[in-house]
Amino acid sequence: MKYIPLWKRLLIAAVLIVTVAFCVPNFIPAAQREQWQKTLPAWVPMQSISLGLDLQGGSHLLLQADMDSVNKKRIDDAQIFARKALREANIAYSSLSLKDGAVILTLKDDSQIGEARKALKSADESLSIDQNGLELSAHFDDKALKDMRDKTIAQSIEIIERRVNGTGTKEPIIQRQGDDRILVQLPGMNDPERVKSLLKQTAQLTFHLVAAGGDGLNVLELPLRADPKTTLPLNRRPLLTGDMLVNAQPTFQDGAPIVSFKLNAQGARIFCDVTRDNVDKPFAVVLDKEIITSPRINEPICGGSAVISGRFTVQEAGDLALLLRAGALPTSLTIVEERSVGPSLGSDSVEAGKTATLAAFLLIIGYMVISYGTFGVFAAVALFVNMLMIIAMLSMFQATLTMPGIAGIVLTMGMAVDANVLIFERIREEIRAGRSILSAIDTGFEKAMSSITDANLTTLISGIILYAVGTGPVKGFAVTMSIGILTSLFSAIMLTRVMVQIWLRVKKPKTLSF
Amino acid sequence: MRLFKFADHVNIDFVAGRHIAFLVTAIMVFGSLALFAFKGLNFGIDFSGGIMMEVVTPVKPDLSRLRTDLNNLNMGNISLQEFGSDRSVLIRIPEQQGGMDAQKQAIETIKAKIDSEFTALLEKVEYRRSEYVGPQVGEELKRSGLWAFALTIIGILGYIWYRFEWQFGVAAIVTLVHDTLAVVGLFSLTGMNFDLGTLAAVLLVAGYSTNDTVIVFDRIRENMRKYKKMAMRDVINLSVNQTLSRTLNTSFTTLLSLIALWAFGGDVIRDFVNAMIFGILVGTYSSIYVASSSLLYLPFADAAKRHEHQSTPDAQAA
Repeated sequence: MKYIPLWKRLLIAAVLIVTVAFCVPNFIPAAQREQWQKTLPAWVPMQSISLGLDLQGGSHLLLQADMDSVNKKRIDDAQIFARKALREANIAYSSLSLKDGAVILTLKDDSQIGEARKALKSADESLSIDQNGLELSAHFDDKALKDMRDKTIAQSIEIIERRVNGTGTKEPIIQRQGDDRILVQLPGMNDPERVKSLLKQTAQLTFHLVAAGGDGLNVLELPLRADPKTTLPLNRRPLLTGDMLVNAQPTFQDGAPIVSFKLNAQGARIFCDVTRDNVDKPFAVVLDKEIITSPRINEPICGGSAVISGRFTVQEAGDLALLLRAGALPTSLTIVEERSVGPSLGSDSVEAGKTATLAAFLLIIGYMVISYGTFGVFAAVALFVNMLMIIAMLSMFQATLTMPGIAGIVLTMGMAVDANVLIFERIREEIRAGRSILSAIDTGFEKAMSSITDANLTTLISGIILYAVGTGPVKGFAVTMSIGILTSLFSAIMLTRVMVQIWLRVKKPKTLSF
Repeated sequence: MRLFKFADHVNIDFVAGRHIAFLVTAIMVFGSLALFAFKGLNFGIDFSGGIMMEVVTPVKPDLSRLRTDLNNLNMGNISLQEFGSDRSVLIRIPEQQGGMDAQKQAIETIKAKIDSEFTALLEKVEYRRSEYVGPQVGEELKRSGLWAFALTIIGILGYIWYRFEWQFGVAAIVTLVHDTLAVVGLFSLTGMNFDLGTLAAVLLVAGYSTNDTVIVFDRIRENMRKYKKMAMRDVINLSVNQTLSRTLNTSFTTLLSLIALWAFGGDVIRDFVNAMIFGILVGTYSSIYVASSSLLYLPFADAAKRHEHQSTPDAQAA
């Protein structure tokens, strides 16, 4: 029998120690762990497996940013600025229009093409300009569009973070997904409706004077929030915009919830001037194209702070203040996917997962011991170590464990003993073929290797592809299964072999009873 | 005490049964294709988009009445099914016209309706989970699912091509297609939900089926080198018999895992487990009967040197 080389013994010992070290935190209550974390040095592993939303309950929201309207607004602005620049530069043109997201400028003659290009460029730096005879076409190229998208998404994420944090949600995950989407994960969230309603508002706040006379171009007809069928004519140009707010808080006035706000210096000055000039006239507070309230100006307001009252509930006042503090989203967001799991289903799933794992473990080790006797016991030990290694790896890499992930672990147990089955069956065959015990064991391990490699690699290929292409539940499953396959190679081959070798040396069996 | 002890000493002429096996296989494959083409799959909201809610009612609900009541709300075809326990109902609502607010409105209306049916009781209706997948996301998930499927097959085939001669690759494709189609066929036949989890199961069955097949192929190749003159048919039979014990044992341990999941793992993953159990059974059958027998019809370079098959296979195995 071959001697077990020192490096192998050290390797096995090291793997086992690391495994146990990373497993232990999962069995210590969270409160205790936090306490220890303060006193123990940083290198002591203290992280436990993080549970997915389907296990701890919570909401998963996928939001899509409306980039079309951002792009449209930008090209609209470019056209307005271009017209201004052309006028200032005294450039004669026969038409300036928008077509397929591009500003099309047709000049009268070719004497001013250079200036016209400059004028277009001054309207928006990122425009790229094509020329076709007297026609100049300015559009945003892919890079400009990408920059715009990146900026919009980054801004949106920042605003969403402020809004979500304002609701007191613990450990939310907010990240970009793909080109124009944002993933929001809210663990333990019982009522996702509140967060959803906070996220779907752009929270574009403006103050307008109510228009005196109807003039189509300068007047905006907007509905009242309390009564959407009634509309009021407002001056299109806002007096104040939400970005002039420095603070907003919910409070009470005569027992009714209101929102008080503070303006920055510029805003305060404008507000003071406007209210002084328009005493006794009504103005309107508009949020996302709805009139919240339209009070009469009783006296000039010059302190830079004021209140919005609008028959709010306490929660509505709180949410409005939060939205105003967090700022407006650069564009509107749509929920394109939502998955919410109640806390009771989550904990039921955790219990179900534990029971299923334990049941599968007992069934399999029972079957292995019955089938292969002493060798079956080795396989059982190897399987147990494999389980610990999966837990350790998940904790180490802070992978998220989901219900499909648990299914992956349970399924891996069935497949992990496959390597042992292959080896043991091969040893059996070799013994039937008349080899001695020692040589049968050696040959068994060796000849089974090629089959084990093939078998595990094909499964690993599906696992990796599932991870790369799959989303959500599929990914969770792929992670645990792939980890389980990798760890099983160590436990089922190397560890089992060492156990068999030690057993051979201690027991010195004359025959193998298989 | 061993379950598959018989498998040690068997010498079953599996190849002889190939005609029956091919018939069974043909029925399964063409039946699945026909089902898929004419009946289609009952796509879950992951792929079709829409709203899904899991509701637990205080007492056993009158499903048919609840179904009629909810469908009278004019929200398209709302489907209800019992889910796990008899108080738990899975409700599927098609995507509503009118954007996000319409979806929210629909959920509120459904909740109000259900609540109103159980107002007399102390216990409240519990909404255990709700999911919404927009039509665009559904399309994307479908597309990425197809990608995953194609890549898995390409990956596995690539590996077999690399490790074995091409003849084995061809036989492996036949088996892989056979196994995955059978699972898809089962879902079409029973009308079980086909969602992301089920798709994962189909892909795993593909991996598992190849795994099983590869072990047999590995042995066939080993025996082809060892017995250069033995008739191909006998090499196949010998190899399948030699690996039979392993094939059965591994399938059995995996089935034990799945049985544990089926019995204790809860309802959320039940469709996935159903797909896997069926897939493992089909995969075991196909690696014994279909994969190896189809090798018989593929030209191997050393075929000329091999004996003709003799009617007594035992004579050569020794």
